[in-house]
Amino acid sequence: MRHHLVLRVIAKLLIPFILVFALYVQFHGDYGPGGGFQAGVIFAAGFILYGLIFGLDQVRKVVPPAVVEVLVAAGVLLYAGVGVASLLLGGNYLDYGVLRHDPVHGQHLGILLIEFGVGTTVAAVMITIFYNFAGRGREGR
Amino acid sequence: MIAEHLPALQVVIPLLAAPLCVLLRRPGPAWALATAASWAAFGVAVLLLIAVLEQGVLSYHLGGWEPPWGIEYRVDLANAFVLLIVAAISAVVLPFARRSVAAEIPEEKAYLFYSMYLLCLTGLLGIAITGDAFNVFVFLEISSLSSYVLISLGKDRRALTAAFQYLIMGTIGATFYLIGVGLLYAMTGTLNMADLAQRLPAVADTRTVHAAFAFLVIGIGVKAAAFPLHLWLPNAYCYAPSVVTAFLAATATKVSIYVLLRILFTVFGPVFSFEAIEFDLVMIPLALAAMLLASTTAIFQNNVKRLLAYSSVAQIGYMVLGISLGSVTGVTAGIVHLFNHAMIKGGLFLAMGCVFVMLGSVQLRDMAGLGRRMPWTMAAFVIGGLSLIGVPATTGFISKWVLVQATLERGQWFFAVLILASSLLALVYVWRVVEVAYFRPAPEGAAEVSEAPLAMLIPTWLLILANVYFGVDTSLTLGVARRAAETLLGGAA
Amino acid sequence: MIDPGLYNYWIVVVLMMAGFFIVISHGNLVKKIVGLNIFQTSVFILYISFGKVTDATAPILDEAYSEYSNPLPHVLILTAIVVGVATSALGLALIVRIREAYGTVEEDEIIAQDPDS
Repeated sequence: MRHHLVLRVIAKLLIPFILVFALYVQFHGDYGPGGGFQAGVIFAAGFILYGLIFGLDQVRKVVPPAVVEVLVAAGVLLYAGVGVASLLLGGNYLDYGVLRHDPVHGQHLGILLIEFGVGTTVAAVMITIFYNFAGRGREGR
Repeated sequence: MIAEHLPALQVVIPLLAAPLCVLLRRPGPAWALATAASWAAFGVAVLLLIAVLEQGVLSYHLGGWEPPWGIEYRVDLANAFVLLIVAAISAVVLPFARRSVAAEIPEEKAYLFYSMYLLCLTGLLGIAITGDAFNVFVFLEISSLSSYVLISLGKDRRALTAAFQYLIMGTIGATFYLIGVGLLYAMTGTLNMADLAQRLPAVADTRTVHAAFAFLVIGIGVKAAAFPLHLWLPNAYCYAPSVVTAFLAATATKVSIYVLLRILFTVFGPVFSFEAIEFDLVMIPLALAAMLLASTTAIFQNNVKRLLAYSSVAQIGYMVLGISLGSVTGVTAGIVHLFNHAMIKGGLFLAMGCVFVMLGSVQLRDMAGLGRRMPWTMAAFVIGGLSLIGVPATTGFISKWVLVQATLERGQWFFAVLILASSLLALVYVWRVVEVAYFRPAPEGAAEVSEAPLAMLIPTWLLILANVYFGVDTSLTLGVARRAAETLLGGAA
Repeated sequence: MIDPGLYNYWIVVVLMMAGFFIVISHGNLVKKIVGLNIFQTSVFILYISFGKVTDATAPILDEAYSEYSNPLPHVLILTAIVVGVATSALGLALIVRIREAYGTVEEDEIIAQDPDS
């Protein structure tokens, strides 16, 4: 891909916007269409595009597979942890209302954290899938 | 405080432990954490059963949203019992897993194995505990996806094709279930099972609801490996790692049978399922066919794990037969056999796991003379086998006794004869293994095989002795199962 | 606005049958996964179709509208889509491993290599 100048320039231009749009979808999710699933996939798409244009080794330098694996677990832990926090604060599991003094604030905070957890896991899983499919057969041969 | 949150903890403990296993990265700590989580889940299940016995139905509103809008975890006797089975089997299987996984799974993948295992446990517990029809689908997929992965980790390359076949059939089954739930939602506007039960009678005569019933039963039938939808099962059980086989054989199909019970009795109600649809007219012949055909197929298998897998299909036939009889005794027989068969097959597959780790094969011809070389393991197999056949003073006898009672109650002595015939077939296939292991000399130049380590023998024997114990003292199994059957047939509908 | 009527459901049925047929009839494992995807997609359309309320708008609160489509099926199907993605990824990963183990992704050739299974 070294000679595809157009592709490389366009990709470099697009990737920041893709990532910002992912963050917009992520954090606007509790008011409008969006949320962790979509945001995670868009966010991962930025990295996958980078990987497709500049090669798997390059993108692995940017986000090492070990980090991605930790992120997969961290997202789920954040999700489940918010639930446990609401348990400890006296509510039911995932009852975000108790996270703050004002239940409405609590709901906002709760859904924000939950969606962030979902987004992290989905993005990390998508990148893992890409790594594994793209890297398969390289080490072996 | 903990007492009121038990239903949530039941699912959350393994769910939290799964990502932690990924973070630990080393097999030893991951195994320790998985075992601790599984024992904690077992403790929760015991407490839940006690709570349900004392207080009746427990209802937990996830996120504080009231049902029918929010997701409700609803625990009555039937699912408290199923939760206990799943959690207990997992608590026994995991101590066994350490040696077995070390022998069968590459070390760098072992922590992922435990993580997947815990997700599978989460899924199965979730299916059993939730009172929301769509939530069942979500947990069903969590447990299925993780079990495809677990099965594909088997050493033989055929594990891959077996997992793929299961993936295709399992996904079709789950999608059928999804279609059924969708049709019900379209007709009633609710997903909560108890709420569905109240709203369905008003629209019960529509074709949509009839179609929904068919989709749900077939979808779950695939997951439960009810004959003739069992084709994924023999290969999946045969080539999966030993621990996975023991765990899935003892729990996965049982949980699906439980969902079938819920659909038939709680959601649609016995009146609809048995009088309007005449569910039993289709299912009884299929159950009988499963008992006879699968048992006969089992006789001709040369791989003992596959033999036991076919036997599982036959045993699922017993459960479906009990349920299809539609009487309290019949459903009791079905539920009791859920529990008993989980222990029988769990124990037998664990014994095979010992053989596989020490001998490296579970082919019948390699097992010649094994009775002398691995006396404890094979003794466990023999007792488990006796229970499978249904010899008095074992659990297998109890289930068959109740099942025969149920058929006689309906005046179907012919079914009783078939049940006995199927038990004879079980005798034949168990005897084949016993004959090879005890009465044939070890082949010349066979590798030296020693007895399995205690860490594997103790869990195996725990399940086998449970077979004997619950074959004598039936107050827990039979008593709870009967009350569960009464709630399913009477109260909820 | 044109009333969608029952056209959606015809599309659902055609897709469902097409997908199911591909899963059953094709021996190529990749095509099976594609068929499975089509099959699942039909269910997504089924759910979204009966979430639609005639003459209602998208379920985003706005003062200009009083009637909204039912958002619940959308949420449910979002979950199902994620499950579908996971299933496809897992299925394809298995196919990669199967190809490494057998050198083929055709079902009949795989069966021929393992005669006793």
